Amino acid sequence: MKITREDIVHVADLARLDLNEDAIKKFSDQIGMILEYVEKLNQVNTEGVSPTTHAILLTNAFREDEEHQHIDIEDALTNAPEKEDGQFIVPKIVK
Amino acid sequence: MKLHELTITQAHKLLKKNEISARELTRATLEHVGSIEGKIGAYITLLEDMAMTQAESADQAIAKGNCHPLTGIPIAVKDLICIKGQKTTCASRILENFISPYDATVIKNLKRAGAVFIGKTNMDEFAMGSSTENSSHKLTHNPWNPDRIPGGSSGGSAAAVGADMCISALGSDTGGSIRQPASHCGVVGMKPTYGRVSRFGLVAFASSLDQIGPITKDVMDCALMMNVISGYDKSDSTSVPEDVPDYTAALKNNIKGMIVGIPVEYHSVKGLDPEVSAAVNSAVKLIESLGAECIEVSLPNTEYVVATYYVIAPSEASSNLARYDGVKYGFRDGEKQNLLDMYCGTRSKGFGPEVQRRIIIGTYCLSSGYYDAYYGKASQVRTLIMEDFKKAFETCDVIFAPVAPTPAFKVGENIDDPLTMYLSDIFTLSANLAGIPGMSVPCGFSSEGMPIGLQVLGPHFAEEKLLNIAYAFEQATDFHKQRPEL
Repeated sequence: MKITREDIVHVADLARLDLNEDAIKKFSDQIGMILEYVEKLNQVNTEGVSPTTHAILLTNAFREDEEHQHIDIEDALTNAPEKEDGQFIVPKIVK
Repeated sequence: MKLHELTITQAHKLLKKNEISARELTRATLEHVGSIEGKIGAYITLLEDMAMTQAESADQAIAKGNCHPLTGIPIAVKDLICIKGQKTTCASRILENFISPYDATVIKNLKRAGAVFIGKTNMDEFAMGSSTENSSHKLTHNPWNPDRIPGGSSGGSAAAVGADMCISALGSDTGGSIRQPASHCGVVGMKPTYGRVSRFGLVAFASSLDQIGPITKDVMDCALMMNVISGYDKSDSTSVPEDVPDYTAALKNNIKGMIVGIPVEYHSVKGLDPEVSAAVNSAVKLIESLGAECIEVSLPNTEYVVATYYVIAPSEASSNLARYDGVKYGFRDGEKQNLLDMYCGTRSKGFGPEVQRRIIIGTYCLSSGYYDAYYGKASQVRTLIMEDFKKAFETCDVIFAPVAPTPAFKVGENIDDPLTMYLSDIFTLSANLAGIPGMSVPCGFSSEGMPIGLQVLGPHFAEEKLLNIAYAFEQATDFHKQRPEL
């Protein structure tokens, strides 16, 4: 299946990426080639095969619901681009 | 021998006998880094002050008789593993000023053993790449030939070990990122079984594939590092509660009766360099002469490994990297006046082209209408790839294979051709998909003098078998002792 310019623009929007014209052109070509290559998976008969999302058999890792000391607010905010009164600041959301 | 050229084992002996101090060892290593960093470019951040303080503590511990095999050993850390209070950039603009708020579990374990951290090493941005050319920071050059790439994504760590710019290093491996650069730089690298080593404090790329592992000058050092970094960690619920053996005890130098499988499908892989093939074949002959039996095995789904990986890894990455939105940490595009524009501006300016490419592939594969055809299908083929290995290991103890189809290529050679770059990962990706351990040990040189690695793969939690056979191979050869002229 051929990937179109519109597909790339749509997916970039879903991924919150702004692409300029050059990037759209380049990604359409390159990602088109990669997805075309990936199509070869359709040659494999996977009827009745269960999917693997984890290579090691794991059971649920339950633990007691106890309070633990993790990092304090001050440390959690050290890397914030903008902060005030122990909170993160973001640009205006509502117009 | 100069101090920075020592292995962990050699340095430990001298430290324990008080013939050298940890401060002397650390200073000598840092001085050597200073003299050749301009040529190699292995480090993003050097931690001179912290390293000297840690070396001093190590000397005090040794004076009190507490000399663990890693006490006072200068270690380089790939720049996606958190060391509290230090930068962790992932070689990305989006994290260029990120200060780690805590220690990764592997770092905690190494600190407890008295190790010294001398710097954070260069890598492909967010570990996406096979050449370390996708770093926002700088290029890293192969110690054996500066015109060539060191491999990737742990290229900085492998080059640092290969050029004696540290005694040993940590890398991470999502599709070969420890084994391939180790092979290209002529050093030893191990990707442990998925869940063997805690991922807590490792910046996530593809969470079902990522593992931290050692890059070292020889197999004994690899075992020593594994002893310290392995084990269950309650902070990583995917780490596995299996006992950690003393891996050095596995190095028996006796492999009589071991069965080595050679996958028939690997002979016909397109682009396999005859020199790589010849080096691996000689390794097979040598291992037979040491008492192992070599048989053919089949991995019928080899042809689908690259396609499977390049759906699953980008899908997981697109989800993991959604967290970089300019709100809680990292770079923010401050010019944008509303939230949505700020997200888009931050991510477009903060991520480099390869990361954006993989986010788009992953988002596409997970998007409504395509999920079953791409991610769902790849997850099923992943099951078949795992079953191939399970069947193969019913008839053999370990598998021998090449690491990369060619020796290190030239800087810039594949940078604009992502598909060709992805195809070169054919021999390493399946270990991550199947969760099995794999390692690379030096097994020869090309006619142009570039190192070639032998890959050893084994069943889940068979690290001891891998180390044992790799050690026997190493003891019978001297490839690991050769050093580049710098």
